[in-house]
Amino acid sequence: MKTHRSLLAIILLAVNAAAYAQLSIQITQGVDNPIPIAVVPFQTAGIGFGAEDVARVVANDLEQVGEFRALERENLLSMPSEQSEVFFRDWQVMAQDYLLVGKVTGTPGSQLVQVQYEFFDVNRELLLAGEILSGSISQLRDIGHEISNIVYEQVTGIRGAFTTQILYVVAEQGPGGNASFRLEKADYDGRRPQVLLRSQEPIMSPNWSPGAQEVAYVSFETDLPRIYTQNIATGQRRQITNYPGINSSPVYSPDGNMLAMVLSKDGSPDIYVQDLRSNELIRVTDHPAIDTEPSWTPDGRSIVFMSDRTGQPQIYQIEIGASSFDVERLTYDCFQCAKARFLPDGNNLVHVRRETRQSPTYQIAIINIETLRVITLTDTSLDESPSLAPNGSMIMYATKYQGRGVLDAVSIDGLVKFRLPSAQGDVREPAWSPFLN
Amino acid sequence: MGTQSYSIFKAALLVFSLALFAACSSTEDVDDQQSAGGESDTGSSAQTSGTSEPPPLTAEEIAMQEALRTTIFYFDFDIAEFKAEDRDTLTYHARDLAGNPDRRIRLEGHADERGTREYNLALGERRANGILNYLIVNGASRAQIEVVSYGEERPAETGTNETAYAANRRVEIVGR
Repeated sequence: MKTHRSLLAIILLAVNAAAYAQLSIQITQGVDNPIPIAVVPFQTAGIGFGAEDVARVVANDLEQVGEFRALERENLLSMPSEQSEVFFRDWQVMAQDYLLVGKVTGTPGSQLVQVQYEFFDVNRELLLAGEILSGSISQLRDIGHEISNIVYEQVTGIRGAFTTQILYVVAEQGPGGNASFRLEKADYDGRRPQVLLRSQEPIMSPNWSPGAQEVAYVSFETDLPRIYTQNIATGQRRQITNYPGINSSPVYSPDGNMLAMVLSKDGSPDIYVQDLRSNELIRVTDHPAIDTEPSWTPDGRSIVFMSDRTGQPQIYQIEIGASSFDVERLTYDCFQCAKARFLPDGNNLVHVRRETRQSPTYQIAIINIETLRVITLTDTSLDESPSLAPNGSMIMYATKYQGRGVLDAVSIDGLVKFRLPSAQGDVREPAWSPFLN
Repeated sequence: MGTQSYSIFKAALLVFSLALFAACSSTEDVDDQQSAGGESDTGSSAQTSGTSEPPPLTAEEIAMQEALRTTIFYFDFDIAEFKAEDRDTLTYHARDLAGNPDRRIRLEGHADERGTREYNLALGERRANGILNYLIVNGASRAQIEVVSYGEERPAETGTNETAYAANRRVEIVGR
C-alpha cells in the first residue's frame, strides 16, 4: 500500500460499453504501469434486467483516473461473489494485485436493494474492506461510486472523489444566431446532467458553496452582469449585487460566510468581499488597472487575484483588510499568468499561463511560490478555468476540441488526462464540487 | 411600394437613386418618395442632380449621416484603445448625442476568446469605457450612455482563427 500511496491517485473512466460510447469519458493519456485490479461482475438476485451494472461503474471509475487497469471480463477465470468463493492463487496467476467481488440483492415488491462488496489484496491474501450498502435501485450508480471511493482510498491512501459533482455552463447557437445558455450540474464524470438555470443571456463563473447546498454565478438576464446565489435543492435564488458596471467572479470563502467578487462601480474592476449575513461590502483592492479572478487562500484570510497593473496579467495576493498598497506579487516568469488558486498546501498555485508574448497559447500550470518551480500540465492552446477536485488529485478545465468547447481533466502530476462527454454546444467553466458526504 | 418597411438606409438609397433618375424625368416621383420615406431627405443630396427643391445637406451633414451608420468599432489584440481611424466617426456620434439630449445609447464591449473569461469581461469594459470617455469629452452626457461588457460571451463570429477573433474584438453602439 505504501508503494501505491506514492502514486498519485488519478484514474478515470474507460469506455468499454457500446451503450455508453456517446456519453463516456475518454482517457486521452494514462500512466505506464497501471495497478491491475479484477472487478468481478456482481451477482444479482431479485432485481430486474437493465439495472445499473455496479461492477462496471466501479471499473470505469478506477480506470478513468488513470492509475488502475481493470481486468477484461472475458479474461476472468472464475466469478466469485463472496470471500468463501475466492481462491487467491487464481488471481495471483492472472497477475492481479487487487480483487473486488460483490452481490446485489433486490427486495421483492420494493425498490430497495442491498449491495454487498468485498475488496481483497491478492498478494497478501487479505480482506481489505467489505460492507453491505443499501439504497433504492435508482441509486445503484451512486453505490458503485461509493465503492470506488473505498477501493481508491484503500489503495492510494487518498480519499476518492467519485461521488462528487461538477457545475459547468453550456452555450448553444440557435437558429438566427440566437444563443442560449444553461447552467448544469452533473456527476464528476459528466453523467446524469441536470439544468439549474436556462437563459437567453450569458451565464458565467459558477462556484460551489463549501457545503455544496448553494451555487453562486453571474447572469446577464437583466441585460447586465449581476451576481446571484441559488439553492441547489430548492432552486430558490437571490440576487446578491446590483452595482453599476461589472459584477462578476463570485467565490465563496472557505467558511461560506463571505463572497469575494469583482465590481467596477468605482471606475475599474477591483476585488471586494461581501458578507452574506450582513451584506456588508469590504473593498479589498484599489487600483486603476484591472483586478479580477479572486480566490481565497486556504486559511480564508487573504485573496489571490489577477491584475494587469504592470501591463499584463500577473498573480498577486493581498490580506483582507490590509492597505491596498500591501500587495504581494506571486508570478514573474510568464508573459501572462491568470485565474490562480492555491492547492490546499498553500504553496502550489494552479493557474492559466501564457508563456510568451510571441505565442498566444494558454495552458494550465502549477507554480510553487517558494521554489518557483513550474509544471505545465496541458499542451493544448486555449485551456482555461481550472478547477480542483476536492481530494486534490485532478484538475478539470475547459479547452477547445474541433472548434467546440469541451471539459478535460488532468492529474496534478500531468500524467493522466481524460475528456468528459458532451452531447452538444460549447461547454465551459467547470467547477468541481466539494466532498458531498 | 412598401417603402415604409425598408430601413431608413435603404429608403435613403432608393430616394437617392430616384433623385438621380429625376434629373431626366418629372420631380413628382421624388416628392412622393420623400413623403413615403419619412425623414429621408438624406437621399436628395441633389447637388449632383442639380435639383434645388429640398434644402441640400452640407458636406458636414452628409459626413455625419455616414458616420452614424458606423456602429461597430474593432480593436487590435490585447489593445483597449480604439483605432485612430475611428476618431472622426466617434466625434460625430458624440455631436449627435450632444445635439439630441433625449437620445440614449448602450456601449457593448466584447473581446475575443483568448485569455481568461473574467479578464476578457474586464477588457470589454475597458474598451467600451475608452469610447464612453471620448464621447463625453466631445459633448455627450454621461446619462445618455450605458456601458456593458460581454467579454468573450457573445462572439460575433465563432471560430478559432484570426478572422473570427478580429470580428469579435469590438465595441457596438446600440440604440436604447
